[in-house]
Amino acid sequence: MGFGPVDPEPNEPYFHADWEERVLGMTLCAAALGHWSLDESRHARENRHPADYYSSSYYEIWQKGLERLLIRHDVVSNEELAAGHSLRPGPESAQVLTADRVPRTLSRGGPVDRPATTKARFETGDQVRTKVINPQTHTRLPRYARGKLGVVDKIHGCHVYPDRNAHGGGEQPQWLYTVRFDGRELWGDDAEAGLSVSIDAWEPYLEPA
Amino acid sequence: MGSDHDHGHGPDNHLQPIEARVRALETILTEKGLIDPAAIDAIVDTYQNEVGPRNGAAVVARAWTDPDFAAWLADDATAAIASLDFVGRQGEHMQAVFNTPDEHNVVVCTLCSCYPWPVLGLPPVWYKSPPYRSRVVIEPRAVLAEFGLELPESTSIRVWDSTAELRYLVIPTRPQGTDDWSEDELASLVSRDSMIGTGVAADPDGTEAAATPTAGTPGTP
Repeated sequence: MGFGPVDPEPNEPYFHADWEERVLGMTLCAAALGHWSLDESRHARENRHPADYYSSSYYEIWQKGLERLLIRHDVVSNEELAAGHSLRPGPESAQVLTADRVPRTLSRGGPVDRPATTKARFETGDQVRTKVINPQTHTRLPRYARGKLGVVDKIHGCHVYPDRNAHGGGEQPQWLYTVRFDGRELWGDDAEAGLSVSIDAWEPYLEPA
Repeated sequence: MGSDHDHGHGPDNHLQPIEARVRALETILTEKGLIDPAAIDAIVDTYQNEVGPRNGAAVVARAWTDPDFAAWLADDATAAIASLDFVGRQGEHMQAVFNTPDEHNVVVCTLCSCYPWPVLGLPPVWYKSPPYRSRVVIEPRAVLAEFGLELPESTSIRVWDSTAELRYLVIPTRPQGTDDWSEDELASLVSRDSMIGTGVAADPDGTEAAATPTAGTPGTP
């Protein structure tokens, strides 16, 4: 059925090849240059033909996403990728992540909570319905959870809004809610008994039920 | 992955296409002075050796032995976890979810691979792959059975889809017969999978309550 068995690998290593290590490190270092947000990088990975996405391994998708971002932001050219070498000098000033600054950078992370400037529209316990949307652009509202009736479980303050932030629209923070759905609401009467699923939904995804 | 055929030019003609592609990009970015290869090494070293599920196990063991810490974890998991120095990338907004006999929690990121790096390290391939991502929100009981975990019918399952930057850590139930155990001893019972929700903590007699189909050593997955 569907994608088949989960099939965990026993005693799995973190990386299955050296190149995977380099992709992880390169992705984080390139992101530190400051040209794109994490939201834009997710969209760059995911916005591809399904056949490409499903036939690529996890870190292959990271590599493809990184190439796309670097080309898009004019950091690297297609000619350079084909040549395997730089064909023009890098910019004079760039915020390069050096090895000595890695610990501080990793431990600082990238918090996305922002001060609230509006009142939250919903309260815990409110019944809400997720909107039916079908954007061509980035969203974090999964298809299975669109147009579904749920209950607000928790309110998390205002967070950077990926649907706008991924496309250079600025952070546009929105109130973030954990919304819980009964399994039957999502999957019908044959859903596993006792199942509930929650998502974390920004306010624009929700309307009162 | 791409075909095994390579394009036969230059010193990299023995590499798989993806390896050549990655190497080329690292060369270009290094030549432009935009990345420091030693920074890549440091990042990899961090997630290979410094950060991993032992961190999360310490959080769980503390929660089991210290009711004030457990309450703090429930109220503000980010701060409680930070007090043990587990902070940073992909753990900026933590949520702890507590298993009970009545409710079992399971965490997923259906959209990509969001995972609480500071407490669990890097996610395993199965967590990031379409079968788990798609099926655990539909039929978690069946998915957990593939991990060897059979929950009583009376236990409901709550699946948390990590669609925002909140990162979830499952606090498994404390095994029976561990009343006078130290935190370190308790932490040794806490598997990575028990903190995702695809397992439970091991029993003190050494049997894992849930093992992967080809069982590994207790304490690794």
